[in-house]
Amino acid sequence: MDLKGFDQSGRPAAGGTRSVKVMIAGGFGTGKTTMVRAVSDIKPLTTEETLTQASAGDDHLIGIADKAETTVSLDFGKISLNDSLMLYLFGTPGQERFWFLWNGLFKGALGAIVLVDTRRLASSFRAIEEMERQNVPFVIALNVFPDSANHPVEEIRDALDISPHTPVVECDARDRASSRDVLVALIRHLQERSAVAVESR
Amino acid sequence: MSAPRPPTDPSGLERYYVLTNGRSRPGGSASSLDVATLIVSLTAPAPGMQHEHEDIVRRCRDPLSVAELGAHLGLPFNILAVLLADLLDAGRVEARDPIPAHDAGRGLDLALLQEVLSGLERL
Repeated sequence: MDLKGFDQSGRPAAGGTRSVKVMIAGGFGTGKTTMVRAVSDIKPLTTEETLTQASAGDDHLIGIADKAETTVSLDFGKISLNDSLMLYLFGTPGQERFWFLWNGLFKGALGAIVLVDTRRLASSFRAIEEMERQNVPFVIALNVFPDSANHPVEEIRDALDISPHTPVVECDARDRASSRDVLVALIRHLQERSAVAVESR
Repeated sequence: MSAPRPPTDPSGLERYYVLTNGRSRPGGSASSLDVATLIVSLTAPAPGMQHEHEDIVRRCRDPLSVAELGAHLGLPFNILAVLLADLLDAGRVEARDPIPAHDAGRGLDLALLQEVLSGLERL
């Protein structure tokens, strides 16, 4: 039998590889998949969850009993941070009413990026609310489209009604370096939060 | 005698039913699986294994996330979780949950955050 490749003793890197997860949220068409594609080391993939039972509290499913399954998709990518640490990036499903399916989707995440299209601020309200409700630390990334008006960040912060502690950064979700910088802003934000948490203990 | 069944299974439900012996959710060992959980094989594929089990064991020689496995095998998360539960229970694979779980009120691991930041800055 071919046992090559299963001897973990000689492969400390593979033996100890760990993962971290960052979610990319935001309204429909704000550039979630674009950002995953821009920063991922691998061609972005799609994973699917099949809903096979009606869930209490979601009336969208009532009356479609003949449809036995509903599939929601999640686009994701991966960045190798070093030999033994992988960062997985998941774009949240476009249909926000299905978020309840992803039990623990945000639970194991370091934090989230909420993408906002400044031409359609309202499309990301739901995502921001959801991060706050689930107590997920996040940064707001204003995805600058060619025809976006140039609003001062503070104006947008007011319009979105977000806490002064939540960073707001501008980005071009198509650009690898720009999207990377949003991830850096998120990690710096997490570091600051952790430092505050340590001091206040 | 029942009417002949249509030859196709567009929904994939019959296929999933066969793959999982009709189980729709995984047992205890796999109930905490996350899309970013890494699966690592602990043994070589054994003769006579169910094809999908063998496929998973072969693909996970190097750690692979549940999401990647799902994408490569064309299986939705909950079906894959049932198959992974079998392999976990048999000690054929190991599951490593993503770190750290977001823990309200307590700071995250600063050393880990620094490691993530260093990796991002090298991109």
